[in-house]
Amino acid sequence: MRSLNTTRSKTRLSNSNLLFIIAGVIFVLMYGFALISYPGSFMQFQTFFDLFNLNAALFIITLGLCVVMIAGGIDISVGAVCGLVTMACALLLESPMGSILGALLLALAIGTAFGVMHGFLIAYLEIQPFIITLGGMFLAQGLLTTLHKDPINVTMPAFVALRNYTIEIPWLGTVNRLGYFIPSEIKPGVIVVVVLVILYAVLMKWSRFGRNVYAIGGNSQSARMLGINVKRTRFFSYVICGLTAGISGFVFLMTTGAGNIGNGALFEMKAIASNVIGGILLNGGVGNLLGAPIGTLTLLTINELIRAAGVQSNLQAIVSGLLLYIFIVLQSIVMALRGNERFRLTLPPWLKPQDKEVENQG
Amino acid sequence: MRSETVLNMEGISKSFPGVRALHNVDFTLRKGEIHALMGENGAGKSTLIKVLTGVYEKDAGQSILDGKPVHFRSPQEALSMGIGTVFQEIALCPNLTVAENMFIGRSRSRFVQWKEMNAKAEEMLSSLGIPASPTQELSSCSIAVQQMVSIARAIDMDCKILILDEPTSSLDEDEVQKLFALMRELKARGVGIIFITHFIDQVYEISDTITVLRNGELIGEYQTSKLPQIELISKMMGKALSDVSAIEKQEKSKSARSVPVFEATGLSSAAGVRPFDFTIEKGEVNGFAGLLGSGRSESVRAIFAADKVTGGEVKVNGKRVKLKTPLHAMKKGIGYLPEDRKRDGIIGELSVRDNIILALQVMKGFFRPLSRKQAEEFAVEYIQKLGIKTPSIDTPIESLSGGNQQKVVLARWLLTNPMYLILDEPTRGIDVGTKVEIQKLVLKLAEDGMSLTFISSEIDEMLRVCTRLIVMKDREIVGELSGMSLTEQDTMQMIAQGGK
Repeated sequence: MRSLNTTRSKTRLSNSNLLFIIAGVIFVLMYGFALISYPGSFMQFQTFFDLFNLNAALFIITLGLCVVMIAGGIDISVGAVCGLVTMACALLLESPMGSILGALLLALAIGTAFGVMHGFLIAYLEIQPFIITLGGMFLAQGLLTTLHKDPINVTMPAFVALRNYTIEIPWLGTVNRLGYFIPSEIKPGVIVVVVLVILYAVLMKWSRFGRNVYAIGGNSQSARMLGINVKRTRFFSYVICGLTAGISGFVFLMTTGAGNIGNGALFEMKAIASNVIGGILLNGGVGNLLGAPIGTLTLLTINELIRAAGVQSNLQAIVSGLLLYIFIVLQSIVMALRGNERFRLTLPPWLKPQDKEVENQG
Repeated sequence: MRSETVLNMEGISKSFPGVRALHNVDFTLRKGEIHALMGENGAGKSTLIKVLTGVYEKDAGQSILDGKPVHFRSPQEALSMGIGTVFQEIALCPNLTVAENMFIGRSRSRFVQWKEMNAKAEEMLSSLGIPASPTQELSSCSIAVQQMVSIARAIDMDCKILILDEPTSSLDEDEVQKLFALMRELKARGVGIIFITHFIDQVYEISDTITVLRNGELIGEYQTSKLPQIELISKMMGKALSDVSAIEKQEKSKSARSVPVFEATGLSSAAGVRPFDFTIEKGEVNGFAGLLGSGRSESVRAIFAADKVTGGEVKVNGKRVKLKTPLHAMKKGIGYLPEDRKRDGIIGELSVRDNIILALQVMKGFFRPLSRKQAEEFAVEYIQKLGIKTPSIDTPIESLSGGNQQKVVLARWLLTNPMYLILDEPTRGIDVGTKVEIQKLVLKLAEDGMSLTFISSEIDEMLRVCTRLIVMKDREIVGELSGMSLTEQDTMQMIAQGGK
């Protein structure tokens, strides 16, 4: 046999991890910029924790959507499902037979029902996910307004107690102008976020299901040839996404304490944007689950920054839109420079790498 | 060295509606043998493989694996019995690591043991000498290494038989050598390998045995070392050497042409033909000869800019032009009738009329539509001219026979009145009568001053039509034949010797 020396190439960073690192760097830069520009507010730990306290539901939705996006799908019904859950749970809690456990189960049931329906239609009947979940979005919105048109404040004592419950971190806080030490506070919703992030990260990295999700997102045809049950994997990705949207609805209610028609509106778009910023590509198969919370944090930091700058609210939207463009183009350029065909982008000449990567393998 | 038989296929027959794909074919594979399966397009190579791996149900015959008759209903089932297939298109997930690609979909455990999996992969890769790291993302490996990984996956599943279907077509020289090294290693381990390729030189480099199929029939099994290349080619093409020399060649009149209408120098395309020079004169009919996969189609596609042109200079009527897209080429008066009629040529649901005026309409631009009356006149005119058999001009083209569909596509190009028309396999899959009609039409058009390039898998057809043949082998032009040397004998000789 000819000598075929096994000169190993240095193991290159995977695309998922590269994008994750980019997302992390962007977040650090963003937050660093915020700290320098507005030390008054961003220097306080509470400001950071409030990002989680106030937006726990968005973090959770983003996680579920992340699983679907890695599988190569999309679910735009999540925001509406979240809103529907807040209203349904609020109604249940206000009714005579309301209980917190009952409301939680209701939230899980509604989310799972949507997930199962979408998963079945998309995976087994092979219908475009965009259209199906658009239908789901309208359905959930319609159900939401049918249930109740006016905001409902939940007054059930047990729930109010839960909503107002805060966890103090005695060793982390700020000293206010009067010299009092004020400890940082986090809400129960944040615990849910942390638990779910860990759970989903483990699921995607170490479970057979998680790896199958990556495989079908990368190339579903190949995945089938490799012996993976593509349909079942796709089905469960939507079930998980729906279930997560249900949980987020409950957490939303725990944050605001009221069922409202506007709850969860546009969350699906924010979640998609967060995921993309976090390095989870819409094509599927590429992305680190931890990118989802990082992306959400980046998006929220941008919003906070703009608010701190006192820009008019219509300008806020414009600025976040422009920043989103910049991030995505940045990602694409990095991927294109890697010489990976899948992400090729026509670069202007001054951006082209001088010497083409020839050393693909050893 | 004949060792024990691992696979024996006997009397395999398979028909599709209207086509007899395999007729009473035998095939034997031994342990540790690299067995090349050769044949031109439609010879039945892929049908045989598909019958073996359970993609198709056979009509007659039996497969005996390790002395036991077997019958597979799916490739998965064949794989579980030790028959692995590696296709040209890599069936792996580019976004997963090398190790994952080797083991995914096979584990019963609900959780992934990364350490254990990487260690097993590492062991496998180094024992086979595959230059990849288990934790590397597959997309960062070269195509050759990716192919090797899919072979490693098959080997790890205890394959006794490995089928390599055109594994080398997208590899460069160096990568081919690496793949061959791996194949020799597997051979030493006693794996029987079925190797399908269009590259004749590779067959002689690596294989022990050659089985030739033609038109669904077994021509024979030969020891590679005892079969000269020229004989192999004549067996694949189905011309006995003695017949060949008997054909009288009449010198075609060289009229007062010699005005080049199209000239290319150093033309190359993304489809992977070596840079080539090409000229065609007014009223000339030339052709690209060579076996399937030799780069015939890729060359004409480069001329028409149907694949991305990556280099070279083009002159049309003596003027330098840049042809970047098929539309550019069309506007310069070049027409191209593609090889795959179904995929590139016809739009099945559209009527005969709409299919005929398609190219003309595109050239005029969509803002100056042809009037319905004009379109109808054109359609009727060409239906008569070419004798297209269709119930009406509004009939959807997909309901016409293959020969008539081909004539419609031809009419489409004639309507644009090109000065240079490329016909890639215009007669494939159509009946003999229509074939002759198309050949006559080509000669008539040339007489009227059109230049044509004609490609066909049937060499005698090309000899009848063309005055000059450009001979290709392994994606490279190896020579040119015209005048007295334009014979089958010379053509085959040239393909066999490959200019070396």
